[in-house]
Amino acid sequence: MSSVPFSIGPAAQAAPVRPPAAQEAEAVGRPAPRPAAPPVPVKAEVRELEFHYGDFQGLKGLSMPVHERRVTALIGPSGCGKSTFLRCFNRMHDLYPGNRYRGEIRLLPDGTNLLASAVDPIEVRMRISMVFQKPNPFPKSIYENVAYGLRVRGEGNRRAIDDKVEQALRSAALWDEVKDRLQDLAFNLSGGQQQRLCIARALATDPEIMLFDEPTSALDPIATASIEELIADLKDKLTILIVTHNMQQAARVSDYTAYMYLGELVEFDTTERIFMQPKRKETEDYITGRFG
Amino acid sequence: MANAHGAGAIATGGAALAAPTRFAHRRSRHIKERVIEALLFLSAFSAVATTVAIVAVLLYESAAFFEHVSIVEFLTGTEWTPLFENAKYGILPLVAGTLVTAGVGLAVAVPLGLVTAIYLSEFAPHRVRETVKPFLELLEGVPTVVYGYFALLFVTPLLQRLLPGLPGFNMLSAGIVIGVMIIPYVSSVSEDAMRAVPMSLREGSYAMGATRFQTAVRVVLPAAVSGVVAAFILGISRAVGETMVVAIAAGQQPNFTLDPTESAATITAYIVQVALGDLPHASIGYQSIFAAGLVLVAMTLAFNIIGHYLRRRFREVY
Repeated sequence: MSSVPFSIGPAAQAAPVRPPAAQEAEAVGRPAPRPAAPPVPVKAEVRELEFHYGDFQGLKGLSMPVHERRVTALIGPSGCGKSTFLRCFNRMHDLYPGNRYRGEIRLLPDGTNLLASAVDPIEVRMRISMVFQKPNPFPKSIYENVAYGLRVRGEGNRRAIDDKVEQALRSAALWDEVKDRLQDLAFNLSGGQQQRLCIARALATDPEIMLFDEPTSALDPIATASIEELIADLKDKLTILIVTHNMQQAARVSDYTAYMYLGELVEFDTTERIFMQPKRKETEDYITGRFG
Repeated sequence: MANAHGAGAIATGGAALAAPTRFAHRRSRHIKERVIEALLFLSAFSAVATTVAIVAVLLYESAAFFEHVSIVEFLTGTEWTPLFENAKYGILPLVAGTLVTAGVGLAVAVPLGLVTAIYLSEFAPHRVRETVKPFLELLEGVPTVVYGYFALLFVTPLLQRLLPGLPGFNMLSAGIVIGVMIIPYVSSVSEDAMRAVPMSLREGSYAMGATRFQTAVRVVLPAAVSGVVAAFILGISRAVGETMVVAIAAGQQPNFTLDPTESAATITAYIVQVALGDLPHASIGYQSIFAAGLVLVAMTLAFNIIGHYLRRRFREVY
């Protein structure tokens, strides 16, 4: 599936958009940013999101929905704020001084504003997990890497942890490769395996949303293909947001795409529409490679 | 590149032919390189030469000592009375004194140094770190003789209130002060190791919902363990080799005991005591300090080898 080439230019009709998404978009008819009664349930609603670090405004009033059990891709040229946006969802910016959010990200169905200062970022990160650009396994065994999230939550039942670790490794398509050496150091795995281990680690705690920050940019094409396949499988269970600088990847894996430029959301729509009939000229220029 | 170089050579060398000029230039550069390399090698080699020379002198002088005293008696004897009429040369009391004071020192310095490092590296706001670190470095700069009197005149009276009957000279007080003295070594090397852990690992941990403390203890510390072990080894070497504090505060009577509340002499304390005394050169008593010094070097070396092994064993690659 991932070997289908993506063609650039007016021939973009050939863009391999995932068929289910296409059909769905057809059926929906008008998946505008905020339809009155969205047929695809919304998992998170971003409203007027602004982000400042120091005097610099990184995000300028973004509003868009994140659809449940769908893959939403964030694309745009370097420095457009797509990673900054992604890292708002799990409050990663709280780790560094001088960062401020404004606006809200409402997590549905309970409607909690993830950015509210009364909301503990640790609670947020327990529900929303993240996979990073470079695989970052901990200096521990394969088993302990996957068990990490459970351990920090205070899970002490060995049996329960064993089960969760196996389940997560199976979901990350890594179980067969590592089941006989769970006690080996995670650094001994290959780059692609390490990244799938990080996905397993993020899955083990049953998150509602998973954030992927350019998860394949440090990987070779074969490892990339396996990660993309994994993302396609995972969306049956959870909501996925993925930042990618690779438009082919966005076209291959996502159902919805947001194009960002200089901290603003230029266009949000189904991936099919963004790639085949973007409404904005800027989006089209970027998609067709005339810019960026 | 080569062309540009040739042109430059012609310009500076006047009307000389391009090819020979270039060759000559290369040769002189080659010689210069060799000279520099030799100088660099010599300075690096001086450290090795010094170490070898020290060990050689220790071995040579000890050899003379071992003509009078058997090695077995030296290593297994439990009495060290070189100044008595019937002199006994059993090193064990001095080794015990050294290990006990160093052990007490480590029991103080390892936990405190590690906690300090974790705090400074993972918790302290920038301003606090910039204030605390100079004080720690100041602690490093205090002359050890000052620490010795601090142990004797301040810590010991304090301990005597808690432990009535504690002698005025005791290893506990000296050990505690040695511990305080080496905290900066342990904490600064550990902190450097922890701060070298890449941010991506911390972010990975926080993203899993871990707290700062969990991140520090479960991810950063294991990732930095080789540096932390190196810090401990540095601390042990310092504690074993420490002289002034024990000479002043632990007493100078060899005493074969593992009880820190007693007074005892360490290897280093014995060496200063004898070296400062009026022992005639080449007497057995004089030579005994070289044998003692050899044991001290061997102990430090052993700790360093253990440390090296542990570092390799736990080396983390990130």
